[in-house]
Amino acid sequence: MNRSTWIEQLGFGVLRLCTLLVVFLIFWLIIDLFIKGGDSLSWIFWSTFPQKGMTAGGIFPTVVGTAFVTLITALFAVPVGVASAIYLSEYARDHFLSRLIRASIRNLAGVPSIIYGLFGVALFVEGLRFGTSVLSAGLTLGLLSLPYIITATEEALKTVPKSYREGALALGATQWETIRSVVLPPALPGITTGIMLGLSRAAGETAPILFTGVAYYLRYLPGTVWDSFMALPYHLYVLATQHHAIEEVRPLAYGTALTLLAMVTVLNIIALQIRYRFQSQPTG
Amino acid sequence: MTDKLVVRNLNIAFGEKQVLKNVSITFPDQKIVALIGPSGCGKSTLLRSLNRMHDLTPQAMVTGEVLLDGHAILGAKVDVVDVRRKVGMVFQKPNLFPKSIFENVAYGLKVNKMGDKNLIRARVEEAIKSCYLWDEVGDRLDKPALELSGGQQQRLCIARAIAIAPEVILMDEPCAALDPISTLKIEELMLGLREKFAVVIVTHNMQQALRVADSTAFMYLGELIEYGPTTEIFNHPQHELTQRYIQGAFG
Repeated sequence: MNRSTWIEQLGFGVLRLCTLLVVFLIFWLIIDLFIKGGDSLSWIFWSTFPQKGMTAGGIFPTVVGTAFVTLITALFAVPVGVASAIYLSEYARDHFLSRLIRASIRNLAGVPSIIYGLFGVALFVEGLRFGTSVLSAGLTLGLLSLPYIITATEEALKTVPKSYREGALALGATQWETIRSVVLPPALPGITTGIMLGLSRAAGETAPILFTGVAYYLRYLPGTVWDSFMALPYHLYVLATQHHAIEEVRPLAYGTALTLLAMVTVLNIIALQIRYRFQSQPTG
Repeated sequence: MTDKLVVRNLNIAFGEKQVLKNVSITFPDQKIVALIGPSGCGKSTLLRSLNRMHDLTPQAMVTGEVLLDGHAILGAKVDVVDVRRKVGMVFQKPNLFPKSIFENVAYGLKVNKMGDKNLIRARVEEAIKSCYLWDEVGDRLDKPALELSGGQQQRLCIARAIAIAPEVILMDEPCAALDPISTLKIEELMLGLREKFAVVIVTHNMQQALRVADSTAFMYLGELIEYGPTTEIFNHPQHELTQRYIQGAFG
């Protein structure tokens, strides 16, 4: 074996090792969670309220709360995010202001989530007087997921060949007709993936909902968007660090973690399914 | 012979770069005009200005006039959608949408709301037939258009363009990506198109200009150097540049 192929082999070896390390860590994480929390998983765990000061019972209200708040997040962030991306990618001309806006959106993705939480308090809870509620928390998480949705949508729109746009415009389509019928359909799988990733990031966040609507414990489910709610990530935080009998509730904490992971995974699987369906269906 | 399109003193610059310099030319109805010249001479830019496709280039600066049947088509007040409905375009590479064969040809009819379902169906069939494609695709109109061969795709692009009954057809090197047999079929098709439309074609292929064009315009560095009947341009070029170009001295 000569020197250059030897170096190449070594290079590939390092790359392979790094990949294996990542896979190993993920499997370790999941297996560890299952060993420590698998026993607490059951239909009853998911469908009952916490009991005896959270030392027994289930996590039903946290599952409902997280699902509810994520729905509000989606209702706000998906239309606003996709619309902004369409504007930036298809309509806005390339000048200083549009470049500044684009760079700001990219940077928003790097803002720590606790900052979103404080901003949510100032704007939604206090400023708009939405109180600590599903609405305030959902909108705050919406702000957090917007940069992901906008960036992913813009990237997806960019992959649609310019020749499609030219073809439609040359046939007398308006710019909006072109976007709706020729540009958006092939970009949809990419947009959906971005939306799901943004939403699953939001669903797992604790800091932004901490001051904007999540509750330590509630006896009732949120009935309207004006109610407070319990949420999976915050419940996990409570069980892991704030509880008076941390050791005792550890299996429940691991069960909660598994449930949160499962919900986020389901969102990601839905994204993959949508992507797969769009790609495999006969186009037409 | 009526003049379908009249270009007067057209200047186009992209940023600092002047691409068309004071070009004046007329395109007659029911004739084929070929635009020839070396790469970068401005022939594609001239072609794209005839249906306002240069609007898509943000930094384009345009002065001068383009008249379609005597009406100005440049300028912010003109309904650009109407211009593009009347002046169709076929591009260098086939650019069918990832939709069915039928939906591709029906697209222009639908966005321009040209008739109900039955009328659209009839017009799609007619357009496909007049591009000699019916025997090849008539029984599988609901199949994805992108499964067709390159030559078939380009003929379907032409069918898509003529389905909305334009008045002018612009073709930007329509055979550049095709094999010789597909090229001949497209050329045959062009000669048929001439009976209904004004046709303007940009080509790098001198033989193609000779075979199909009634008139030929030679452009160089953004200027129109010579314009006349194709046989005159090729047999008795008045300008030395034209002569050298058609003899293949540069290109």
